[in-house]
Amino acid sequence: MKPRFVLRAGNPWWRGPLLVSLAAVTTFVITAALIRWSGGNPIAAFRYMFINPLQSKFGFTESILSATPLVFTGASVAIAFRAGYWNIGAEGQLLAGTVGATWFGLHAEGLPPAIAAPGILLAGATFGAAWATVPALLRARLGIDEVVTTLLLNPVALLVITGLLNGPWRNSETGFPDSDVIAESAMMPVVWPDTRVHLGLVVGVFVTLGCWWFIGQMTGGLRLRAVGLSPGAARIAGLHVERTLLTTALVSGGIAGMGGASEIAGVAHQLTIGISSGFGYTGVIVATLAALSFIGSLVVALILGIINVGSFSASRALSIPSTMGEVVRSVLLITVVAALVIQKYKIVWKRREA
Amino acid sequence: MIDVIVDLVAATLRIGTPLLLAALGEIITERSGVLNLGIEGIMYSSAFSGIAAASYTGSLWMGLIVAVATGLIAGVILAFLTVTLGVNQHVAGLGLTLFLISISNTVNRILFTSDGGQVRVDPWKSIGIGGPIFDQYVFTYVALFVGAPLVWWIIWRSGFGLRVRAVGENPEAADVAGIQVSRTRYQAIMLGTVFMSLAGAFITLAYVGQFTINIINGRGWVALALVIFGRWNVGRCIVGAAIFSLVNAGQLQLRLVPAFADVPFELLLALPFLAVIVGLAVSGRNVPYPGSYLKPYRRL
Repeated sequence: MKPRFVLRAGNPWWRGPLLVSLAAVTTFVITAALIRWSGGNPIAAFRYMFINPLQSKFGFTESILSATPLVFTGASVAIAFRAGYWNIGAEGQLLAGTVGATWFGLHAEGLPPAIAAPGILLAGATFGAAWATVPALLRARLGIDEVVTTLLLNPVALLVITGLLNGPWRNSETGFPDSDVIAESAMMPVVWPDTRVHLGLVVGVFVTLGCWWFIGQMTGGLRLRAVGLSPGAARIAGLHVERTLLTTALVSGGIAGMGGASEIAGVAHQLTIGISSGFGYTGVIVATLAALSFIGSLVVALILGIINVGSFSASRALSIPSTMGEVVRSVLLITVVAALVIQKYKIVWKRREA
Repeated sequence: MIDVIVDLVAATLRIGTPLLLAALGEIITERSGVLNLGIEGIMYSSAFSGIAAASYTGSLWMGLIVAVATGLIAGVILAFLTVTLGVNQHVAGLGLTLFLISISNTVNRILFTSDGGQVRVDPWKSIGIGGPIFDQYVFTYVALFVGAPLVWWIIWRSGFGLRVRAVGENPEAADVAGIQVSRTRYQAIMLGTVFMSLAGAFITLAYVGQFTINIINGRGWVALALVIFGRWNVGRCIVGAAIFSLVNAGQLQLRLVPAFADVPFELLLALPFLAVIVGLAVSGRNVPYPGSYLKPYRRL
């Protein structure tokens, strides 16, 4: 007996959600074993991870705060992947964005907030796009695989930050490798009173909606999708494939960089070595779980934000490793992409032909 | 001057060992038409599982076996996702890397660092066979004199290698010729992960002797780039690994030179990564990707 995959003709409406739920259950089973091993109660841990953040205003708004950078990186990855540009460098581009934002923020003393706040986001976006330029040019001009080059620039971006913080940007008061605090006028204002939710979230949501509108409604968006679906056909149709890839890559880097600026201007107010806890890589998870839909990536970013806040409170309350949240989201990624493929096929058990 | 050169060559061999091992594994995998972006995570988890097993059993050999077993399990997962299901290979591989790194860090916390400790073993020592250049680890000799020729032989001279190349270039034709495409790709992926896990095991069981967070530090991505630079050929990959490792060894030496004392060491650390990108930019035009690279195969 040998399994064979046969393409399904149609799908009843419930099969997708059912398989995704099955993927979620599988994720629970795998991570429950790990939680049990670390001496925690899995049921209690999952309550902390998924339910507790939703039960208090503090938990919910902290989840939104934690989702904010993922909104940016999710949109950044989704738009690149839609064009068939495999940008795995959102991490480095976000880090470059934090550098640009910090540089702007440290020099923004005396500027009115109406200039400084958009300015710092723009500085982040510019640096992010700049960081994406080399892989984008190599791909568009020489046809060099962007996966490796974007990946390799991620550790380099972190080294740039370490170098700046150990050198010119070392904290002038404490001497620690953290930058000075940026000018107050460049900080993102809080948009939800008595919480830490800041303007960066609103900007991120608008950027995402903008991408969604562009992809769906604009000619340029159509071009981008055509290049992503079939570069060969797009070229024959007379589209400038390379130019589209280049533009998309820069926009993608810019969005990721703006996400970095939003973290500097909205939360940290200074550059630190641990400014990004893998936001760029998690952006790939966000975009993939949302099946590259922009509206979907907002929802996924929120869910991952909840898991992030929840896993930290679970780790404090039950003394299980705080990295458990990362395990949950990566297992969820693997099981969900598997489920999304499986739903398209019917498994037929067939006798081996002689 | 001679001393410096000798140190440089010796360090190059040490630094190049894990890169060469991992690149050899990736060559076999990609020759079958599958990209393994799990390479970084496989090196990371094998580095961890190897030293964890070694510290519990007290045997480095046990550690090596567990590291390879980790690689094989990762290989089965990747093969199931990419070959059986045909999931997007970028997503499957990156997902595997994120999973393996996070689970290694979590288990590390559970077993070792929860009370502030760190896992250490007494690692394999280098074996001197005359002069500092030849004072290297067994892994280094094995990678260079057994691993590389073996992979070359497998790819170009063995029946298995012919099947791997066939399914990598044209799976439809291979299928018609009676080659089992899925099975061949499973085998290629898993043979590849064995090499990647050896690369990871080398780092903890021989090179460093302890496990710290972020221990692989992008070496998997460098190996991935070396495979493209080397155009899926063993010889060219050795050259690429040697150049990268020489730059890396060179920047370590430069730090000791007084004239470079003011250069931030982070800049020097970034040099090898930039060197790889420059290498790709110079030589990476029109590289002959395997014909069915990234394409899942399914009979219609």
